[in-house]
Amino acid sequence: MNVAILSPEISLGAAAAVILLAEAFSAGNLSRVAILALATLGIAVSAAFLIPAQLAGVPTSSFSGAFIQNGFTIYFKLLMLMATFLVLLGSGRFLAQAEGRRAELVALVLLTTAALMLLVSSTELITLYISLEMASLSTAFLAAWMKHQERSAEAGLKFFLLNALSSAVLLYGIALLYGITGQTQLNGIARELVGGATPALLLALALLLAGFGFKVSAVPFHMWTPDVYEGAPTPITAYLSVASKAAGFAVIVRVLQTALPGVQTEWVGLIAILAAVTMTVGNIVAMVQTNIKRMLAYSTIAQAGYILVGVAAGTGQGLGAVLFYLAAYTATNLGAFIAIVEIADRTGSERTSDFAGLHARAPWLAFALAISLLSLAGLPPLAGFFAKIYVFWAAIQTGLGWLVLLGVLNSAISLFYYAQVIHHMYMVPAPSPAPGRSLPTLVAGLTVAIAGVFALGIFSGFFMGLAETAARTLTQ
Amino acid sequence: MELTLNLAIWLPLAGALLIVVLPGGERWARWVALLVSGLALILALLLLFNFHRDLAATDAAWLVPQFSTQVPWITQLGASYSVGLDGLSLPLFVLNALLVFLAVLVSWQTSLRAREYFALVLVLETAVAGVFSSLDLLLFFLFWELELAPMFLLIGIWGGARREYAAMKFILYTVAGSALMLLGILLLYLSGPSHTFDIRVLGGQTYPAAIGAGIWLLLFVGFAVKLPVFPLHTWLPDAHTEAPTAISVLLAGVLLKMGAYGILRMNLGMLPEATRQFSTLLAVLAAVSIVYGALVAMMQTDLKRLIANSSVSHMGYVLLGASALTPIALQGAAFQLVSHGMITGLLFVMVGLVYDRTHTREIPALGGIAKRMPFIATFFVVAGLASLGLPGMAGFAAEFLVFLGAFPVHAIATIAGVATIVLTAGYLLWMLERVFFGPERPEWSHLPDMNRLEALTVGAFVVVIVGLGVYPSILSDILIPTLTPIASRLGG
Repeated sequence: MNVAILSPEISLGAAAAVILLAEAFSAGNLSRVAILALATLGIAVSAAFLIPAQLAGVPTSSFSGAFIQNGFTIYFKLLMLMATFLVLLGSGRFLAQAEGRRAELVALVLLTTAALMLLVSSTELITLYISLEMASLSTAFLAAWMKHQERSAEAGLKFFLLNALSSAVLLYGIALLYGITGQTQLNGIARELVGGATPALLLALALLLAGFGFKVSAVPFHMWTPDVYEGAPTPITAYLSVASKAAGFAVIVRVLQTALPGVQTEWVGLIAILAAVTMTVGNIVAMVQTNIKRMLAYSTIAQAGYILVGVAAGTGQGLGAVLFYLAAYTATNLGAFIAIVEIADRTGSERTSDFAGLHARAPWLAFALAISLLSLAGLPPLAGFFAKIYVFWAAIQTGLGWLVLLGVLNSAISLFYYAQVIHHMYMVPAPSPAPGRSLPTLVAGLTVAIAGVFALGIFSGFFMGLAETAARTLTQ
Repeated sequence: MELTLNLAIWLPLAGALLIVVLPGGERWARWVALLVSGLALILALLLLFNFHRDLAATDAAWLVPQFSTQVPWITQLGASYSVGLDGLSLPLFVLNALLVFLAVLVSWQTSLRAREYFALVLVLETAVAGVFSSLDLLLFFLFWELELAPMFLLIGIWGGARREYAAMKFILYTVAGSALMLLGILLLYLSGPSHTFDIRVLGGQTYPAAIGAGIWLLLFVGFAVKLPVFPLHTWLPDAHTEAPTAISVLLAGVLLKMGAYGILRMNLGMLPEATRQFSTLLAVLAAVSIVYGALVAMMQTDLKRLIANSSVSHMGYVLLGASALTPIALQGAAFQLVSHGMITGLLFVMVGLVYDRTHTREIPALGGIAKRMPFIATFFVVAGLASLGLPGMAGFAAEFLVFLGAFPVHAIATIAGVATIVLTAGYLLWMLERVFFGPERPEWSHLPDMNRLEALTVGAFVVVIVGLGVYPSILSDILIPTLTPIASRLGG
């Protein structure tokens, strides 16, 4: 048993503990900057344990094969650490205002990330399930953080209850799979499944997909997403929309590729249908939203649909495309949400129409949000464009031409609602000049995210190379 | 010269960044834009003078670019940064540089958010220059989409009363078209024997007939929205009417040409077999666009709307030329791109000058203003005559070549096109008569004529229009060596 393999997760846990203790010893007066510094230190140490291992390095596993560290897990862990760091930087005045409880908040975020990192490395169904529940439970707390606000409390409760339901479905699927194969190890399951699809196996597959579909908000398991995204504090929404979603996709591709290659034809069909419905419903419903967080919630549903197109491709190339998409999506969505954190804080509103004239009041925020939205819509030379190209490219080669056609049309439709926001920011005159300066940490976080959106686009070949290297280690 | 081409593409974008970061940018934006677009124009002219006219393409190599650069870009996809110019793209490349320079002069008085305005115009210049010079399909698509956001903002912020509606309509139509185009590009990549985005290689190989036809249609829809072709044209009257003067000039002058260039380069050049199947479809669409555009133009009471609809009709001639697949018709189509760019650009400038003074574009509200503004009236009449195809001006040379080349192939469509010239003459002359002549109205009696800057700008347009009309071989000498092999591959 090699406990050192858990060093990245342990570092985050230790950072959370240090923050809580420091808070206790300073009688609740620990400053925002001090908390951020401690959290950053924890994230940096955690990342330092990951980088030397390198993406193409030899995979190591421990705990009787329940936990693995390879290029695939390192890629996802670094992505989630980066996302966590940017969310904390970009949380702006929300963290400054959460007097007394901000240490708990930051500690909880770090612990959630640690749980998601465990999830990414799980190669055994029980470990996987427990990591998932750890992450979900803390997420429910985070969503309900502003407990005196009805919307936030409702968001937390809704997430908790619906998540419990989806976990039950998932657990049922896991149980069925164990019943069929007598294994909980993912590669053990693959070894046992040689006879092809049986009705029980298909039921297990459907239940697993329903459970995971909930985590990545695929339609029709997406109902919780708009309410929770709208009700949760915006930095938490940002966190949910990138870190949790990335981990969800990591689990989906791992289970499908390593445990269920025997029924690939079946799951490719199911995922393709899921992808088609998810992107179409997400885009169409997003068009009629007036609250920007709700709109972005439906937009993330649509984005999940595009990522599922890559999963449906089922090839190594598709996997690389999914990994690249998640990086591009993380940078882009964080850019959008960090800008919204600050805009909503200044204007006191999350309604799209209240973003009028933002270009004059806050040029950098308006520009950052516009670039993020254009990247989500998939316009070149931004990250979102190349992410879609790679995903569609992988899918069209495996004969999923109809799905690519639908995806391409969907991304054309999506520009309608993204452009609406840009329209308000740039073309409608400002009602009143809103004063205010952004916190430097927030501006830094936003700048890093937007730089990422440009870099992942213009140098997409380099980053796609990393993603492909990482993807190859999954099936090794 | 390779460096000159790359500079001509990227210099405007660098200028846009300079405007954004320059302290006091509001005041200096127009000067930076003038300097940068002037430099880009000089670079484009240098390319024009150094172009080897006699370097013909052959059947073995249907596209022989000059000044070309090729650098690997996304190795996984086999995409490269590959640019160069041939006889088809060079005139359009120069046209873009010239019109952007003139557009900066036309918008010299812009004071509303001048910094953003001039920066966006320069971004637009880089995007369009990239479209005309890309030799890699992915790069082509990238530049194609790069033009969207600046144009959306330019129409939506600086446009007329219904600018926001027009901007949204413009971007949605274009994106829907380019989405299908992207699918066509991906299929093109996958369907041939060698997987690449290199236009030269893609055009040199053959595709299974059904797939080739599918790709052809997908690409065509993308370009047809831009051209525009009836029934995909409805964004154009709104966008052209609501856009500020200089942006209307660029829309009509170079953005529509992107669609035409796409059809000539990608559909005709890369997919000759499929093009032969669809030749009649092209002719029918061309005839409908020509007649429909002219009829609708005749009904208009708004000057800009009239000219916008006349563009639909005039771009129909380009499509008619493309449909015939003969060298002469193709030459006419390519010629029409340049001449329409200059002529319609001039018409929009003239409307802008009238509007700046009278603050109306309603034809019935104007009348008799020739007495107060003799120079504006003269140049407007010159532009109108050029647009209706008066011999001795660029439009005549282009349309004549189209008719000559298309008649043996698509007689009925050509006859419809020739007959429409009467309609064109009708609505243009009738418009000129109502706006400039007749009884003088008292409310326009105090208005000034052109100033020197305006005369200089307008004069530049007229010089090019008359120059190309009197001595068309300046342009056709460049076009012929490139277009002849394309036509011979088409069997024309």
